[in-house]
Amino acid sequence: MSLALFYLALVFYLLGTLHYLLFLLIRGLRTGRVASGATLIGFFFHTLSLLLRLYEAGHPPIGSLPEGLSFSAWAIVLFQLFLEHRHKSQILGAFLLPIALVLGSTGAALPKRIEALAPALKGFWLWVHISLSPFGYAAFALAFGTGLMYLLQERQLKRKHLGSFSLKLPSLELLDGLSYRSLSLGFPLLTLGIITGSIWAQYAWGSYWSWEPKQVWSLVTWFIYAALLHGRLSLAWRGRKAAILSIIGFGFVLFSFFGINLFSPGRHVF
Amino acid sequence: MEVIALGLSHKTAPVEIRERLHFPEKGLSKPLELLGQAEEILECLLLSTCNRVEIYAVAEEVERAFSYLTDFLSKYHQVPPEIFQGCIYALQGEAAIRHIFRVASSLDSLVVGESQILGQVKTAYTAALEQEATGVILNNLLERALSVAKRVRTETAIAEAPVSVSSAAVELAKKIFGDLSGRTVLIIGAGEMSELAAKHLVSDGVRTVLVSNRNYQRAVELAERFQGRAVRFEDAKEELLHADIVISSTGAPHFILHRTGVQDLIHKRRNRPLFLIDIAVPRDIDPEVNQIDNVYLYDIDDLEAVAAANKREREREAERAEAIIDKEVLAFSFWLRSLDVVPTIVSLRKKVEEIRQGELERHNSKLASLSPEQREVVAALTTAIVNKILHHPLTELKRCATLKNGHFYVEALRRLFKLEERN
Repeated sequence: MSLALFYLALVFYLLGTLHYLLFLLIRGLRTGRVASGATLIGFFFHTLSLLLRLYEAGHPPIGSLPEGLSFSAWAIVLFQLFLEHRHKSQILGAFLLPIALVLGSTGAALPKRIEALAPALKGFWLWVHISLSPFGYAAFALAFGTGLMYLLQERQLKRKHLGSFSLKLPSLELLDGLSYRSLSLGFPLLTLGIITGSIWAQYAWGSYWSWEPKQVWSLVTWFIYAALLHGRLSLAWRGRKAAILSIIGFGFVLFSFFGINLFSPGRHVF
Repeated sequence: MEVIALGLSHKTAPVEIRERLHFPEKGLSKPLELLGQAEEILECLLLSTCNRVEIYAVAEEVERAFSYLTDFLSKYHQVPPEIFQGCIYALQGEAAIRHIFRVASSLDSLVVGESQILGQVKTAYTAALEQEATGVILNNLLERALSVAKRVRTETAIAEAPVSVSSAAVELAKKIFGDLSGRTVLIIGAGEMSELAAKHLVSDGVRTVLVSNRNYQRAVELAERFQGRAVRFEDAKEELLHADIVISSTGAPHFILHRTGVQDLIHKRRNRPLFLIDIAVPRDIDPEVNQIDNVYLYDIDDLEAVAAANKREREREAERAEAIIDKEVLAFSFWLRSLDVVPTIVSLRKKVEEIRQGELERHNSKLASLSPEQREVVAALTTAIVNKILHHPLTELKRCATLKNGHFYVEALRRLFKLEERN
């Protein structure tokens, strides 16, 4: 049942994504309204599906990679809906919902192992660890999306070629600000995720840090975002440079999130 | 019964003619009153702006109404008709309806998509309402025209892209800074163009205006106009640290801002974005400056190009607007036709006849015992009753239809007898 609801949510996300992309190309109040509406309905089903899963399984619905993906997608849509409401700009959705759709669909496409939780997957710190991470990922997805929009808008301004597309992009100032804010949300979450993870590792595996692939990649990702944050705070990096780094950073996030699991499975279930 | 429009606009008449036929906004009541007394037209509305003089009306005999209106223009303004006759367009039916929709939606404007015309149409409508010059048809037409204009505005981007150089500059500034309130603009070299651009920026929220000029007195004068601050020409570089937008238009024969200088500046500004508008010829700012991160440099040609591209964009959007208008014209003509008297009479007769026949058939078995002659009498009797009842209302309806607001009766009748809408 929860799975069916999840698929239903994905269908609405797909509908929303298509309309957001259409909204980029042609303007139209109706297109924008359909896009937002579909996202909202999708989000509703998604939330239901997660709650149902929580009820069925008795633990937060993030015990496996597909579930982790689904939860991250959910967090991204949550941010998107919030920002859309707050800044009255639907264009953000065109850059965020596709990411949520891809993450969600990847989760749906992965084989479902309805197995019991791995014995290692128990304990308070673990739940803190894996509940925080999806929000961190979502924040970085937001930084990625706004970074991409920044680069597009900046390119058009520099080249003095303002297509109809640019009419609807938010201002550079807003995009840069959003990117900064999502970084300042994502970075602490990532840091906490790594710390709680190693505390829990001490309980479960007997050591705080074991140079396991996922740990290494997460650390690399952490350094990238740390560099970006440092650059922003003390070197007054902004705009283009910051946008490019947050795009690269998100590449690492994606890879350490599920690329690792596909290529070199470590002790991390996901 | 037709909607007609007669007039001239910037597309057909030069300003020398338009100004002679112009009705001042405040003085619409008198001509409307005169038009109201005319037999040739049933309803009317006067739209007079600096770009057009148009009379919308409802008339029974279209040709007679046209010649009356031409005559009226000539007599009222004491301009011989030969002078303006060649510029006049006279539209009727769907063409007239389409015309008012296009005018209100600013598709017929000099600058397509400008917003002023909507207000002017509203004013014209209000003036006509005050004089009770309009009736059911024109009221509905104007309500429709205003809502069509609103639809066009929200559903197409026709009014979105700025088409003048200074408004293009404002739009670019908004793309960079978003909200302009609290921003600072620095004008280097007081001139007409820079003043105009600054005016646009200020009306969009820019708070602080700094003016720097070689002739300091001139800077003080311009600064006063914006409640800004004059800056000595030598100190302008210092102010570049604080300004967000710079409008440069000095008469200097060479660049006054170079790449290295601006690079240092941006560093000192901690990368806060800077929007440079160079409207001087020869240019004041080295175009290389645009290569620097967080600096956006536009010269006069760039701004012209943006404005021109926006104009093309508006024209594309105008096509979509025409499609909306096509649909609305159809809908309105449909409503208008339903007000015609003759079809209403026909369908009323048909409906009543159906009732009569139905009732006769229902009682067929009870009438079976009658002889054919007797049955004919019954049929004739029912027909006579129906005709007698309908006679007076229908004669009255035909008479009222030619009067102002006669359509109230038609619409009332259609509703009372629940006559279906026709295609």
